[in-house]
Amino acid sequence: MTASPVTAKVRIQAEDFDLAAEMADLSQGRADIGAIVSFFGLCRDEGGRLAALELEHYPGMAEAEIGRICAEAIARWPLKGLVAIHRYGRIAPGGNIVLVLAASPHRQAAFDAANFVMDYLKTSAPFWKKEHFADGSSGNWVSAKDADDEARLRWQKA
Amino acid sequence: MKVDLVYFAWVRERIGKPGETLDLPETVKTVGDLLNHLKGLGEEYEIALEHDRVIRVAINQEHATHDEPIAGAREIGIFPPMTGG
Repeated sequence: MTASPVTAKVRIQAEDFDLAAEMADLSQGRADIGAIVSFFGLCRDEGGRLAALELEHYPGMAEAEIGRICAEAIARWPLKGLVAIHRYGRIAPGGNIVLVLAASPHRQAAFDAANFVMDYLKTSAPFWKKEHFADGSSGNWVSAKDADDEARLRWQKA
Repeated sequence: MKVDLVYFAWVRERIGKPGETLDLPETVKTVGDLLNHLKGLGEEYEIALEHDRVIRVAINQEHATHDEPIAGAREIGIFPPMTGG
Protein backbone atom coordinates (compact mmCIF):
# COMPACT_ATOMS: atom_id res chain seq x y z
CA MET A 1 0.00 0.00 0.00
CA THR A 2 1.41 3.36 -0.96
CA ALA A 3 0.91 6.30 1.35
CA SER A 4 -1.31 9.00 -0.09
CA PRO A 5 0.31 12.42 -0.26
CA VAL A 6 -0.47 14.60 2.75
CA THR A 7 -2.17 17.90 2.09
CA ALA A 8 -2.80 20.40 4.82
CA LYS A 9 -6.27 21.59 5.72
CA VAL A 10 -6.15 25.39 5.96
CA ARG A 11 -9.15 27.49 6.93
CA ILE A 12 -9.51 31.22 7.55
CA GLN A 13 -12.84 31.95 9.16
CA ALA A 14 -14.77 34.32 11.41
CA GLU A 15 -16.62 31.55 13.24
CA ASP A 16 -15.23 29.54 16.12
CA PHE A 17 -13.72 26.08 15.67
CA ASP A 18 -14.14 22.88 17.63
CA LEU A 19 -11.09 20.89 18.70
CA ALA A 20 -12.93 17.59 19.11
CA ALA A 21 -14.49 17.85 15.64
CA GLU A 22 -11.18 18.76 13.99
CA MET A 23 -9.36 15.99 15.85
CA ALA A 24 -11.99 13.42 14.80
CA ASP A 25 -11.85 14.61 11.19
CA LEU A 26 -8.07 14.23 11.20
CA SER A 27 -7.82 10.79 12.80
CA GLN A 28 -11.09 8.99 12.06
CA GLY A 29 -10.71 5.65 10.28
CA ARG A 30 -6.92 5.77 10.31
CA ALA A 31 -4.40 3.56 12.05
CA ASP A 32 -1.17 5.16 10.81
CA ILE A 33 -1.16 8.13 13.21
CA GLY A 34 0.75 7.66 16.45
CA ALA A 35 0.79 11.24 17.69
CA ILE A 36 -1.24 14.40 17.29
CA VAL A 37 0.03 17.68 18.74
CA SER A 38 -2.51 20.47 19.05
CA PHE A 39 -1.79 24.14 19.59
CA PHE A 40 -4.47 26.61 20.59
CA GLY A 41 -3.91 30.36 20.49
CA LEU A 42 -6.41 32.24 22.66
CA CYS A 43 -7.23 35.87 23.34
CA ARG A 44 -5.80 37.08 26.71
CA ASP A 45 -7.52 39.81 28.73
CA GLU A 46 -4.18 41.50 29.56
CA GLY A 47 -4.96 41.65 33.29
CA GLY A 48 -8.57 42.74 32.73
CA ARG A 49 -7.72 45.73 30.51
CA LEU A 50 -8.71 44.17 27.21
CA ALA A 51 -12.34 43.91 26.04
CA ALA A 52 -11.59 42.33 22.65
CA LEU A 53 -9.08 41.86 19.88
CA GLU A 54 -10.00 42.74 16.34
CA LEU A 55 -8.17 40.63 13.81
CA GLU A 56 -7.75 42.02 10.32
CA HIS A 57 -6.50 39.75 7.53
CA TYR A 58 -5.54 39.87 3.87
CA PRO A 59 -8.20 37.69 2.21
CA GLY A 60 -6.67 35.27 -0.25
CA MET A 61 -3.11 35.84 0.85
CA ALA A 62 -3.83 34.60 4.40
CA GLU A 63 -4.94 31.21 3.01
CA ALA A 64 -2.08 31.15 0.48
CA GLU A 65 0.64 32.04 2.99
CA ILE A 66 -0.50 29.55 5.65
CA GLY A 67 -0.76 26.97 2.85
CA ARG A 68 2.87 27.66 1.90
CA ILE A 69 3.99 27.33 5.54
CA CYS A 70 2.11 24.02 5.89
CA ALA A 71 3.59 22.70 2.63
CA GLU A 72 7.07 23.46 3.98
CA ALA A 73 6.26 21.62 7.24
CA ILE A 74 5.01 18.60 5.25
CA ALA A 75 8.25 18.64 3.23
CA ARG A 76 10.37 18.75 6.40
CA TRP A 77 8.67 16.20 8.67
CA PRO A 78 7.03 12.80 8.09
CA LEU A 79 3.50 14.04 8.79
CA LYS A 80 0.26 12.14 8.31
CA GLY A 81 -1.92 15.21 8.57
CA LEU A 82 -1.78 18.94 9.25
CA VAL A 83 -4.57 21.37 10.10
CA ALA A 84 -4.29 25.15 10.50
CA ILE A 85 -7.34 27.26 11.27
CA HIS A 86 -7.08 31.02 11.91
CA ARG A 87 -9.98 33.25 12.86
CA TYR A 88 -10.54 36.89 11.98
CA GLY A 89 -12.93 39.54 13.25
CA ARG A 90 -13.67 40.52 16.84
CA ILE A 91 -12.60 37.98 19.45
CA ALA A 92 -13.28 38.40 23.18
CA PRO A 93 -10.85 37.30 25.92
CA GLY A 94 -10.96 33.53 26.34
CA GLY A 95 -11.95 33.09 22.70
CA ASN A 96 -10.01 30.98 20.22
CA ILE A 97 -7.75 32.65 17.64
CA VAL A 98 -5.76 29.86 16.04
CA LEU A 99 -5.62 26.07 15.97
CA VAL A 100 -2.80 23.91 14.63
CA LEU A 101 -2.96 20.12 14.61
CA ALA A 102 0.04 18.11 13.47
CA ALA A 103 -0.25 14.34 13.11
CA SER A 104 2.60 11.90 12.58
CA PRO A 105 3.58 8.30 13.37
CA HIS A 106 5.86 9.50 16.22
CA ARG A 107 5.59 12.44 18.59
CA GLN A 108 8.75 14.41 17.81
CA ALA A 109 7.79 15.27 14.24
CA ALA A 110 4.33 16.32 15.42
CA PHE A 111 5.74 18.59 18.15
CA ASP A 112 8.30 20.13 15.81
CA ALA A 113 5.91 20.65 12.91
CA ALA A 114 3.27 22.35 15.09
CA ASN A 115 5.95 24.59 16.61
CA PHE A 116 7.36 25.43 13.16
CA VAL A 117 3.95 26.26 11.70
CA MET A 118 3.19 28.61 14.62
CA ASP A 119 6.58 30.36 14.47
CA TYR A 120 6.20 31.03 10.74
CA LEU A 121 2.54 31.90 11.00
CA LYS A 122 3.25 34.57 13.66
CA THR A 123 5.74 36.40 11.45
CA SER A 124 4.50 35.83 7.91
CA ALA A 125 0.76 35.13 7.82
CA PRO A 126 -0.99 38.43 6.97
CA PHE A 127 -3.02 39.08 10.12
CA TRP A 128 -2.99 42.17 12.33
CA LYS A 129 -4.40 42.57 15.84
CA LYS A 130 -6.02 45.74 17.13
CA GLU A 131 -6.80 46.10 20.83
CA HIS A 132 -10.14 47.30 22.19
CA PHE A 133 -9.95 48.17 25.87
CA ALA A 134 -12.44 47.55 28.67
CA ASP A 135 -12.64 51.30 29.36
CA GLY A 136 -14.07 51.84 25.87
CA SER A 137 -10.88 53.17 24.27
CA SER A 138 -9.43 51.47 21.25
CA GLY A 139 -7.01 51.99 18.48
CA ASN A 140 -3.78 50.30 19.48
CA TRP A 141 -2.41 48.03 16.83
CA VAL A 142 -0.35 45.30 18.48
CA SER A 143 3.37 45.70 17.67
CA ALA A 144 5.35 42.87 16.16
CA LYS A 145 7.80 41.33 18.65
CA ASP A 146 11.50 40.74 17.98
CA ALA A 147 11.16 37.50 19.98
CA ASP A 148 8.80 36.18 17.30
CA ASP A 149 11.36 36.89 14.57
CA GLU A 150 14.03 35.15 16.65
CA ALA A 151 11.75 32.14 17.22
CA ARG A 152 11.38 31.83 13.46
CA LEU A 153 15.12 32.15 12.77
CA ARG A 154 15.94 28.99 14.73
CA TRP A 155 14.25 26.89 12.02
CA GLN A 156 16.43 28.23 9.24
CA LYS A 157 18.91 25.72 7.99
CA ALA A 158 22.57 26.60 8.31
CA MET B 1 1.43 50.02 -15.65
CA LYS B 2 -1.94 49.68 -13.92
CA VAL B 3 -1.91 47.88 -10.60
CA ASP B 4 -4.34 47.24 -7.76
CA LEU B 5 -2.96 48.36 -4.42
CA VAL B 6 -4.43 47.02 -1.17
CA TYR B 7 -3.64 48.41 2.27
CA PHE B 8 -4.03 46.81 5.69
CA ALA B 9 -4.05 47.69 9.40
CA TRP B 10 -2.42 51.04 10.26
CA VAL B 11 -1.20 51.55 6.69
CA ARG B 12 -4.86 51.40 5.58
CA GLU B 13 -5.97 53.70 8.40
CA ARG B 14 -3.27 56.29 7.76
CA ILE B 15 -3.76 56.37 3.97
CA GLY B 16 -7.49 56.51 4.64
CA LYS B 17 -8.70 53.86 2.17
CA PRO B 18 -8.54 50.07 1.80
CA GLY B 19 -7.03 50.21 -1.66
CA GLU B 20 -6.98 51.81 -5.09
CA THR B 21 -5.97 51.20 -8.69
CA LEU B 22 -3.04 53.33 -9.82
CA ASP B 23 -1.41 53.85 -13.18
CA LEU B 24 2.29 53.84 -12.29
CA PRO B 25 4.92 55.72 -14.30
CA GLU B 26 7.61 53.71 -16.12
CA THR B 27 10.23 54.89 -13.65
CA VAL B 28 8.64 52.86 -10.85
CA LYS B 29 10.42 49.53 -11.25
CA THR B 30 10.84 48.04 -7.77
CA VAL B 31 8.90 47.79 -4.53
CA GLY B 32 11.18 50.49 -3.09
CA ASP B 33 10.43 52.78 -6.07
CA LEU B 34 6.72 52.21 -5.50
CA LEU B 35 6.92 53.20 -1.82
CA ASN B 36 8.81 56.36 -2.76
CA HIS B 37 6.30 57.15 -5.50
CA LEU B 38 3.39 56.74 -3.07
CA LYS B 39 5.06 59.02 -0.51
CA GLY B 40 4.88 61.77 -3.14
CA LEU B 41 1.10 61.43 -3.51
CA GLY B 42 0.19 63.30 -0.34
CA GLU B 43 0.73 63.82 3.35
CA GLU B 44 -1.38 60.79 4.33
CA TYR B 45 0.86 58.51 2.25
CA GLU B 46 3.96 60.19 3.62
CA ILE B 47 2.79 59.55 7.20
CA ALA B 48 1.68 55.97 6.48
CA LEU B 49 4.95 55.01 4.80
CA GLU B 50 7.31 57.22 6.85
CA HIS B 51 9.16 54.28 8.44
CA ASP B 52 9.52 52.43 5.18
CA ARG B 53 12.00 49.91 6.61
CA VAL B 54 9.19 48.27 8.61
CA ILE B 55 6.69 48.34 5.75
CA ARG B 56 5.95 44.88 4.30
CA VAL B 57 4.89 44.34 0.73
CA ALA B 58 3.33 41.41 -1.12
CA ILE B 59 3.23 41.04 -4.90
CA ASN B 60 0.30 38.94 -6.15
CA GLN B 61 -0.21 37.78 -2.54
CA GLU B 62 3.38 36.61 -1.96
CA HIS B 63 5.87 38.40 0.30
CA ALA B 64 8.37 40.54 -1.60
CA THR B 65 11.52 42.40 -0.58
CA HIS B 66 11.93 46.12 -1.26
CA ASP B 67 14.41 45.55 -4.08
CA GLU B 68 12.13 43.15 -5.94
CA PRO B 69 10.87 44.27 -9.39
CA ILE B 70 7.11 44.88 -9.66
CA ALA B 71 6.86 44.08 -13.38
CA GLY B 72 3.86 41.82 -14.00
CA ALA B 73 2.22 42.58 -10.65
CA ARG B 74 -1.59 42.56 -10.72
CA GLU B 75 -2.06 43.22 -7.00
CA ILE B 76 0.35 44.72 -4.50
CA GLY B 77 -0.40 44.59 -0.77
CA ILE B 78 1.20 47.11 1.58
CA PHE B 79 1.01 46.55 5.34
CA PRO B 80 2.79 46.68 8.72
CA PRO B 81 4.66 43.72 10.26
CA MET B 82 2.21 40.91 10.93
CA THR B 83 0.84 40.11 14.37
CA GLY B 84 -1.40 37.06 13.93
CA GLY B 85 -1.37 33.77 15.73
